[in-house]
Formats: sequence, C-alpha cells, structure tokens
Amino acid sequence: MSKNSEYLVERENKQYEVIIGLEVHAQVTSESKLFSQSSTKFGAEPNTQVSLVDAAFPGMLPVINEFCIEQAIKTGIGLKAKINKKSVFDRKNYFYADLPQGYQISQYKYPIVGEGKVILDMPNGQKEIGIERLHLEQDAGKSIHDIDPNNTLVDLNRSGVALMEIVSKPDLRSPDEVNVYIKKLRSIMRYLGTCDGNMQEGSLRADVNVSVRLKGETELGTRCEIKNVNSIKFMQMAIISEANRQIDLLEEGKEIDQETRLFDTKRNETRSMRSKEDAHDYRYFPDPDLLPLEISQELIEKIKSDIPELPDEKKKRFIDKFNLSPYEATILVSDIETSNFFEEVIKNSDVKLATNWITGELFAVLNEKNLEISQSPVSAKNLSKLINLIKDGTISGKIAKTVFEQMIDGDQDPLIIVKEKGLKQESDPKAIEELINKVIENNSDKVAEYKSGKDKLFGFFVGQAMKESKGKGNPQLINKILKEKLNG
Amino acid sequence: MSDITSQSLFELTSNIKEKKLSSEEITKAFINRAEKSKKLNVYVTDNFEKAIDQSKKFDSNPNLDFKLPGIPIAVKDLFCTNGVRTTAGSKILNNFVPTYESTVTQNLWSQGAILLGKLNCDEFAMGSSNETSFFGNVQNPVGENLVPGGSSGGSSAAVAANLTPVTIGTDTGGSIRQPASFTGTVGLKPTYGSCSRYGIVAFASSLDQAGPMTKNVRDCSILLEVISSFDQKDSTSIDYKRNSYSKELSKDIKGKKIGIPKEYRVDNMPDEIEQLWKNGISYAKDCGAEIIDISLPHTNYALPTYYIVAPAEASSNLARYDGVKYGFRSPGQNLIEMYEKTRSEGFGDEVKRRIMIGTYVLSSGYYDAYYLKAQKVRQLIKKDFDDAFSKVDAILTPSTPSSAFKIGEKTNDPVSMYLNDIFTVPINLAGLPGISIPAGKDKNNYPLGLQVIGKPFDEQNILNISYALEDKINFKNDISDWWLSE
Repeated sequence: MSKNSEYLVERENKQYEVIIGLEVHAQVTSESKLFSQSSTKFGAEPNTQVSLVDAAFPGMLPVINEFCIEQAIKTGIGLKAKINKKSVFDRKNYFYADLPQGYQISQYKYPIVGEGKVILDMPNGQKEIGIERLHLEQDAGKSIHDIDPNNTLVDLNRSGVALMEIVSKPDLRSPDEVNVYIKKLRSIMRYLGTCDGNMQEGSLRADVNVSVRLKGETELGTRCEIKNVNSIKFMQMAIISEANRQIDLLEEGKEIDQETRLFDTKRNETRSMRSKEDAHDYRYFPDPDLLPLEISQELIEKIKSDIPELPDEKKKRFIDKFNLSPYEATILVSDIETSNFFEEVIKNSDVKLATNWITGELFAVLNEKNLEISQSPVSAKNLSKLINLIKDGTISGKIAKTVFEQMIDGDQDPLIIVKEKGLKQESDPKAIEELINKVIENNSDKVAEYKSGKDKLFGFFVGQAMKESKGKGNPQLINKILKEKLNG
Repeated sequence: MSDITSQSLFELTSNIKEKKLSSEEITKAFINRAEKSKKLNVYVTDNFEKAIDQSKKFDSNPNLDFKLPGIPIAVKDLFCTNGVRTTAGSKILNNFVPTYESTVTQNLWSQGAILLGKLNCDEFAMGSSNETSFFGNVQNPVGENLVPGGSSGGSSAAVAANLTPVTIGTDTGGSIRQPASFTGTVGLKPTYGSCSRYGIVAFASSLDQAGPMTKNVRDCSILLEVISSFDQKDSTSIDYKRNSYSKELSKDIKGKKIGIPKEYRVDNMPDEIEQLWKNGISYAKDCGAEIIDISLPHTNYALPTYYIVAPAEASSNLARYDGVKYGFRSPGQNLIEMYEKTRSEGFGDEVKRRIMIGTYVLSSGYYDAYYLKAQKVRQLIKKDFDDAFSKVDAILTPSTPSSAFKIGEKTNDPVSMYLNDIFTVPINLAGLPGISIPAGKDKNNYPLGLQVIGKPFDEQNILNISYALEDKINFKNDISDWWLSE
C-alpha cells in the first residue's frame, strides 16, 4: 500500500487502481420461505423442507410471505435507502436441475429498495459506499455431485428461501474496504435481525465485480464478475488475483473480456465460467402469478418506528456520552452482541475500565477460544463486579488479571475468588508504611545511591515493596509513601 | 321422467332432493352411457369404480342441503385431482398423479359432487379443436369427424353427448366458449380472479380462468355459484361479494343496454353468422333491451396480442416439465441431453411451437418490440371495453366466426386455427366475463353460438341476458347418438 493508505497495484512506474462492486446475497431471517410455508431451518435432512410450491408441482402458485417483505423494507431503512412503494416480481428463466420452476422469482426492473449508503470506518477516516438497490429473490436448491458417482443428487430444502440481493455501486477500492464493507453490512443486518450473516451456513455470499484502471483515469475499465464467493478471505484473495490478471493483460497490450468467472480457492486464481457472448438470456418478465407489490406509507412508518439504534448512531452515542475514542467505539458497536455486552457491563461499573477490559482481556480470551461474545465464558455481570473491585481499590489491576483467569473457568464470581484466595488489596497506609520501612532498612546501600541522584532506582523500591506485600499492596499507595520516605 | 342422462343439472338435483332418483342410479346411468360412447374419446382417465362407491356412500347418508347432492361430474383433465391421474392432455404428464386437489374441483366435492373422470383436452389447453391432445381427437357428438372445439373439447363433447350433467373447463383465449359454441352448449368464462387457479395446470397465468360448461343457462348459474370463490392460495384471486347466481337468475332484462361492436363484423364472415347476430339483436329487443352501436377500436390487434402474451407466459410456465421431478423422463448422457430428449419427446408440436414463440418474444432484443408492446396494446384493448361499458351494460357478439369444422381440416394451418379465437380472446385480454349460448345452426345443421360479454364481476347480468335470450331462441340440439355402441 502506498502512503495515505490508497490501495494501488504497481507495475514499472505505473500505478493501477482497483474498482470493486459487490452483489451480496443475504438470506432473510424468516421462519418460512419467500413464497411458501416450508421451514428455512439450516441443516435438515435433504428434501424434508420442500412444499409442492417449492418443488414446482403443476398448478402450484406462489403466495408472498409478508414477513420477508417487512424484513427487506427494514434492511432498506437500515441502509438509509429509498423504499419503493411499488415493486414487481419478475421471472428469471433458465434451466437447471436444482431450479424446479425453470425460473427464479426475482425483482428486475422495479426492486423493493432503491439507492442507499453504507459508511465505512477506515483507519484514515470514514468512507461512504453507495448502495444501488436491494431486491428480493428466491434461492435455488442444491445440486450435489459428489455422493453418487453416476448421478447428480438434488436437495430442494433451500429452494424458495428468501434472499436479499444488495448491490453496491462500484465505490470499493481495496480488499480492506471490501472486508470492512461486508462486516458493516452484516453488522447492520444483525442489528436489524434481518439476516444472521452466517457465512458458513451460506446466509451471506457475494458476487464480486472487479475492474482496473490507471491511477488518474476517470473512465471505468471492463469488469469481470466473480460468482458466488462465500467468505471475506476468499473475496479478498479473488480480488487481488483477478486485479493482477487484468493488469497483466493490459500490460501485454491485450483487452479484458467482460465475463463471468469463478474463483478457485485451491489455486488462488479466477477462471472463466462464461463469456459475454455465452451469457444466459434470462428472458425476464413480470411474474403473472403475482400482482405488483404495493407498500403503504403506514407500513413503512410502522417499520421505521421499530428500527433499533444502528451501529453508526450507537457509535456516536458512545463517543458523546461515554467519551470513548472513535476507535474504541467502532470496535464496541461492530457487533450488536458486543455492544449489548458492553452496555450491560457499564450499567454498574466504570466505562473506561469496562472498555479496556472488554477490548483487551475479554477479546483475547474469545479469540483464543474462538468464541462469539454471546458464548463469553465471563458474564457481563461478573465482569462488572471485577471492574468495581479494581475501581474501589479492593484489588489491583495486576491481581485482577489473576482473578479474571480464574473467572473464565465456569463464570465464577470475582468477589468469592478474591475472598477465598485472600487476594484483597492492602490499602491500609500504616501497613504499607511498615513494609516500606522494612524495604528501606534492608536496602540501605540502594537508598544511598538513590539519594545521590540515581532516580531510576525508584522502580526497584516499588518492586521490592510489592514483593513484600505478596503482590497485594495498593500500587498507588506504595508509590505515594515511597516517594514521601525517599524524598523526605 | 325423461332419460336420466339427458336431464339437466337442475332436474337431477331436484330428483335427488325429492328422492325420485338416487346418486347411484344417476352415476351408473352416466357410466353406462360412457361405456357405449368410447368412440367419442372424451375420457382420458375414468374414475367410474370410485364414483360408484362414492354415490353409494352419498345415498347412505344423503346431505340434501348440498348444491350438487350426489351429482357425478367429469372435469377437464387440466384440474389436478387428488389421487386421480392428471395429464393436461400431454405425454409429459402421462403418469402424473397429484397428491392435491385444485380449489375449483374441491369446491365441487364440497357441495356433494362426485368425480366421474378426467376429460380430454388440447395439450396444455393449447388448441381450438382438441386435436393437439396426446390422447387423440375427440369426436363432436353433433356430427361424425367434426371437431368439438378446444381446448375444452372433451368437456363440450361430454356435455353435448349427455356423458356428464355439467362440467368445468378452462378458458385462456376461448377454450370454454368456442367448444360450447361448436357443440350447442353453454359455456361461461368468469371475470379473471373469480375462480381460483390453484391446482389448475397453468397455460397462460394472466389469462387462464376456469368456468362452467352446461346444457343451459340455469345450470351454468348453479355451477358458477359453486366454483367461484376467493382463495388465498392464488394471489390473483379477488375477494369480492359473489352473487347467489342461480337464486338471482332472472329473464327480466328490460331497459338493459346492449352494445353491438362494429369491429366484430370481420371480413369473410359467413352470412349465417351475420344472420345469427341479427337474430340475437332482435331477440334482445323483444326482451325490452336497448341496442346501442359501439366501437372497440383495437379489436384487430387482440389476436396478435394474445399470440404474444399467451405463448410468452406458457414458455415460462412449461419450463417445470423437465424430467427432473415428476412426469415423463427420457434419459440422456447428461442433464442437457436429458432435458432435450424429455421435452422433445414429451411435448407435441403445437406446445413446442408456442414455447418457441414465447421464448422468442421474451428474448433480449425482442422483448420491447413484442412482449412489452403487446402488454401496452392489451391495456388499450382493456380501455376499449372500459369506454364501452360506460355506455352499455353488456355486449353481444357471435362466439366464433364459423361452426365446427372437420377433424384434420386446419391442423396444417395454425394461423387459420388461431383465427377461431378472434371473438373470444379480447375478453380474456381484458379479464372480463363472457358467456356463449347456443343461438342457431348453420346450413349443415351445426350449432352456432352468441357471446354475451359483461363488466368485471357482472356475471349475474350476462347470465340474466343469456337466460332471457335462451328462452326466445329456444335452441334444440339434435344429436342422433350416432356413436353409441352396444
């Protein structure tokens, strides 16, 4: 990366800019499918969540699931987007074994949600990414090629599950921005409860559009679309690999063909899936089984009134109200569970300490054990007790770390640990003075050196005093009394 | 008492209610006649054994409050029937047995009716002569080697030949009204949204409507009352107050304004059709109706518009018949080959022709010129009717430009076949109710029909006008039972 953190790919005195747009497919959080009442639960036995509608039996008709509509509107509001009062479901026609109807019901010309935006918190400041549109569509089933050597098997459990396709403008400029964008989008949807963002279960996937151009150029280059990438890491790898492939072509004086490509994660390269000439003609047309979708202002207002505080607003509140740094606030609001945990902790304890302990010790443990904050081994209640023990001087920060390590094992109450292990901090000035006197007596030579100007020895005395107190001495008090004794 | 099978639905129902006939007697009478009528080829699948069981069951504890108490009824093989094979007249669904029931047929059984069997039709309801059925031609009981019309040809023939008291068909561009006209029977296509499409094998979703096919207008009103219902399983079903059509049926049409559209005087229309229309007009006047000349300026564009919109929707609706999940499959070395073989062998020529037309008009680069333009024209056609209905209560036209033609006469000329629908398709495009009633005969003694078109949801009005005209016309279908075998 060059200075001012602009992402550019260098080639012999030339710098290329990478232009990225994402089409994110987010599974709508809903008990039942977009046009049928089958369950959407993940991980069921193949073909156990399939209705006659999902399997496209003769004469079966789609009936819209209004909850999915509300979820899409909610997401649109979260993306600060325009909600279209009239939208249309179209049929996207193509043949595939896991597409029972022979068409996917999607929205083409008239999506439910129009232009919006997502704010990214980048290290060098904020960046706005435009949202082109959000539309609703059905997922297809799954073709399984690796169970039977001679046949492809089809699982229709996913057939008809509601997806939101969120299309960004080509505003992204680096793999880092893509990382932050996906996480922000996921965060917003998780705040809203409209998509669980679980990439392992396929709830969030993306088609990645990549083009390159020389720095300073204003026209967009020819883009390639990398289909169906299902992790942020793979998206980043695919972008880097695809950008370099395109730049190599340009450097060789060749042209880039507009095409659809697939990312081979094992070889870390993209390869052609189909060219523009071979592109499907989907023969989109309005689905005559469904009337145009009309949304009333009342419904939009009702949904708006139910919208929770979203990450951007929460971050602002954390900064304004709790005096957090933008960096701290960004981390704490990035995930709704984290921010809820934080707010739970600070109900009864110091904000500054809580921030440090959550983003420091707790995150380290979660990372190490690969846990979500919702699975935290230490509850918010006990963490706030620990913080209060530090704050009121019962234990030192150092002792607190020992206590914390024990709390992890079964969410133990820090008060009990401190009591049982006798870890209570020594904060009686007389007791401290006594042990300091002892240290001074035992180290008269060092005292003489200190007094002759060797200031650095102060740390030595603190250490000795702490040792004498078996680590329980109140550090502030030790400092204070030591200074009085040595300097007096 | 006249022969059981020649009785109207109304008569049979009265006889059951008065305990003069049992459901079993009636059911057996129709089955008996069907056994001797195989030459007509109206049945794709019969349900005779179960029907007899059900009739006995009905008789053992008859509920006489039903509107169709113990009445055996055969239906077009486009309605999915739980446990009874449903083919849509196609090889591709030759082995398909639904596990569910269409809403419209369920409405019949909920009022006490008994399924006699599934009636032949053009493949996926694409045709005007019943000649595209995988299960072969249907003979029109009116005359040997005459088509019964289509696509509900098995249905029209079955009613005319007294093989079912009444039936239900589906009408996408005239598939109820044209066969009714060809067989001297009554057929009504309700307002789009009146009858649920749930469980009906789809042809063109924005046009398809189920409707009654009967011997007379009163039966038609009874059957419409039973099958029309709001259904949440069909998003295009409309929730409105439906009349008790049979109770409110009346011949008093005094003062009704009936429009005569000049654009329906098409070139080369036989004189006898012109004469039929004139007779209809004078009967209407006799009944006290006021005749008003009107214009439906975009009528000429209706047929080309229909033959873009309907195939476009069909091309997509029929994509599900791919050999993967149910129905016919012809194995292949890979998925594409399996698709190609299954669909090449499973669909007939007319269906393939329409899939190709539909695929073409939706293709990138052609969509605007064909499909989008057709949708705009459709709006203009609809507006023509809106304008007309600001001046009149109903519109009277011929049902078809000719009487029934010979089997094979038009099979090699799809356009001349399509022209059969010229008076019926505009009504589907506009989503309006239309009824065809028998109104006369041509020089060969073949029946001819008149069509009464109404405002949306105004089925009662067109039923009443038809009821009044029926009385004046006093049509008698003379059918010689020429096909009966011993």
